[in-house]
Amino acid sequence: MTSSPAWLIKGVRPYGEDAVDLLLRDGIIAELGAGLDVAGAEVLDAGGLIAMPGLVDLHTHLREPGREDAETVETGSRAAALGGYTAVHAMANTDPVADTAGVVEQVWRLGREAGLVDVAPVGAVTVGLAGTRLAELGAMADSPARVRVFSDDGVCVADPALMRRALEYVKAFDGVIAQHAEEPRLTQGAQMHEGVLSARLGLAGWPSVAEEAIIARDVLLAAHVGSRLHVCHLSTGGSVDILARAKADGVRVTCEVTPHHLLLTDECVTGYDPLFKVNPPLRTAEDVEALRAGLADGTIDAIATDHAPHAMEDKECEWAMARPGMLGLEQALSVAVQAMVLTGALDWRGLADRMSVRPARIGQLDGHGQPLEIGSPANLVLIDPDVRAVVDAADLASRARNTPYALRELPARVVATFLRGRPTVLDGKAQL
Amino acid sequence: MRRHLLSAADLDLGDATLILDTAEQIDTALAGREVKKLPTLRGRTVVNLFFEDSTRTRISFELAAKRLSADVINFAAKGSSVSKGESLKDTALTLEAMGADAIVCRHSASGAPHRLAEWVQGSVINAGDGTHEHPTQALLDAYTIRRRLGRLDAVRVTIVGDVLHSRVARSNVVLLDTLGAQVTLVAPPTLLPVGVESWPAEVSYDLDAVLPKADVVMMLRVQQERMNASYFPSVREYSRRYGLDARRMATLPDEAIVMHPGPMNRGMEIAAEVADSVRSTIVEQVSNGLSVRMAVLYLLLGGAHMPDGAVA
Repeated sequence: MTSSPAWLIKGVRPYGEDAVDLLLRDGIIAELGAGLDVAGAEVLDAGGLIAMPGLVDLHTHLREPGREDAETVETGSRAAALGGYTAVHAMANTDPVADTAGVVEQVWRLGREAGLVDVAPVGAVTVGLAGTRLAELGAMADSPARVRVFSDDGVCVADPALMRRALEYVKAFDGVIAQHAEEPRLTQGAQMHEGVLSARLGLAGWPSVAEEAIIARDVLLAAHVGSRLHVCHLSTGGSVDILARAKADGVRVTCEVTPHHLLLTDECVTGYDPLFKVNPPLRTAEDVEALRAGLADGTIDAIATDHAPHAMEDKECEWAMARPGMLGLEQALSVAVQAMVLTGALDWRGLADRMSVRPARIGQLDGHGQPLEIGSPANLVLIDPDVRAVVDAADLASRARNTPYALRELPARVVATFLRGRPTVLDGKAQL
Repeated sequence: MRRHLLSAADLDLGDATLILDTAEQIDTALAGREVKKLPTLRGRTVVNLFFEDSTRTRISFELAAKRLSADVINFAAKGSSVSKGESLKDTALTLEAMGADAIVCRHSASGAPHRLAEWVQGSVINAGDGTHEHPTQALLDAYTIRRRLGRLDAVRVTIVGDVLHSRVARSNVVLLDTLGAQVTLVAPPTLLPVGVESWPAEVSYDLDAVLPKADVVMMLRVQQERMNASYFPSVREYSRRYGLDARRMATLPDEAIVMHPGPMNRGMEIAAEVADSVRSTIVEQVSNGLSVRMAVLYLLLGGAHMPDGAVA
């Protein structure tokens, strides 16, 4: 770390505010001010660019081990860096499932070897995501991977007694359960949001209440046992209401929303293209508005990508047979700018809070999400807010191609990403 | 006309009327002929791609294509394409390479014909996709109504049964609305989709209240396995509340007709004496299906040699 050269970033606007120079040295922001001049430092002219702390994703599927044809820790890390991320949480639904210290250590080690972002493995709550007995959560917490977030994501911890035990048990090491809220009986065979469009398209409905019922139950459980709860990928206005009430009541609950739920609606399903099949499903325009409002007022803590790479054959098929999920890492920032900044719902400081500061806090990643000030770790992203570009799926660094944004024009571009003072992305290109 | 027939919503009033008129012309042209065959689609290839068992629909399309002198290939790929190992896309590309001019597709997955249409050059005809649509069934139903009642505009059509899972109901609601008919759906609330209030149809839970105001009653097949998923308590209760028996049929207006897309569950949604009554059009629907499917194939494939001014 000390061997990497110092970087002098000239004329950058932290959080879109007044331009300054930043000196990154020895892995931290060493100096900050106007007209810095440092001999021997690499100079990056960042005039017009905006700086934010490096983005932190609470919800990434890296697919390794098991589906390396869709993504690997390395390709996913590159996609993350290009998207402005300096840390990602790797979800546990791999094959084998990340339900032991051995698997989380492997993922953590692969992340270190790739060296593009910090990969924080998420541990499974239950053995094999089967929802019947607790995985060895303590062993995963004590491993070098230092797991603090546990989730059966993709599957809901539906058994209320098991959910209660999980919430209680992780208090011993200050862990948090991240729930995929989906009542299984109400979503059997579900294919898309249940409403006017599912009725017309003849696709089995995934009702909003199946999400909201689990969230309501879980905030009550968390309050009862005094535990932390995190709710994954909120998708309905009703969920926002339940969380607002829970937070007002002092329940220790946090939650996230995906970029796609901030931009896309169930109208996308009309052509039966499985690129738009995702779980939870795309909802209505009213839900999108409620989610944006919830993110703006802080009811929703974080934007989390739910980056879900899939092999081509798992998407080039009939809707009902396709796997749910869409790519997100490389376009998350642009989508967030489109949905939140250009609409005036959040300023850049607010965006940094939801994409870096709070997710880092929820995931307990101390080196990330720190303010852009002297002494902070030099994890940051430089953004050109003024460019607009059309997304080309062929250009993605991810091994998979299942982006829902292909051919869409989106604003803002990640120019550079620094991980502990070392550039992982420069001029929009990955450095490894 | 568009290149494909994927949904009844693909048809505007002009398209739908053209298909019905063409079917009528075909019927007229073939009436009384010993050789019921037209040379219209000679040299064209029609593939029946059936991923789901459906002898009736498959035979109807097969005969329709043969009567237009097309070459017909039956490709039965029962079960999901995934479980068979070959993907729908690979199947599509194979048929494409063989030069299929039209693919008639029946599939258990809603939207499968839409996917197919993206991968092939030829015309795709939806012969029933999951719980989505079955447009040629709706066309033959409309044709049957028009022949029996002489009109479609302002005809009051009551559709009874498992609307939630019925592709027949979806296509009929869309097409009948396009053609100016007034549709009422009758079902237990469990068998109506969330969002049905946005459809161009009235909704009722009370069959007895609706029947005296119906020109057409269309009974849908109800699968007994719905009972196990608690959509209704028992076959007996379903039949009592929503079945069409002779007593209920007697409350219909004099000219009203009774339809069923088949196959019927006699004794469940429809009593045998109703199915076999003079009001019943069930057998006519089958023969009308042939004429309508000939018309659809003819119009989509742009056949140019209708004899004797059979088609304008």
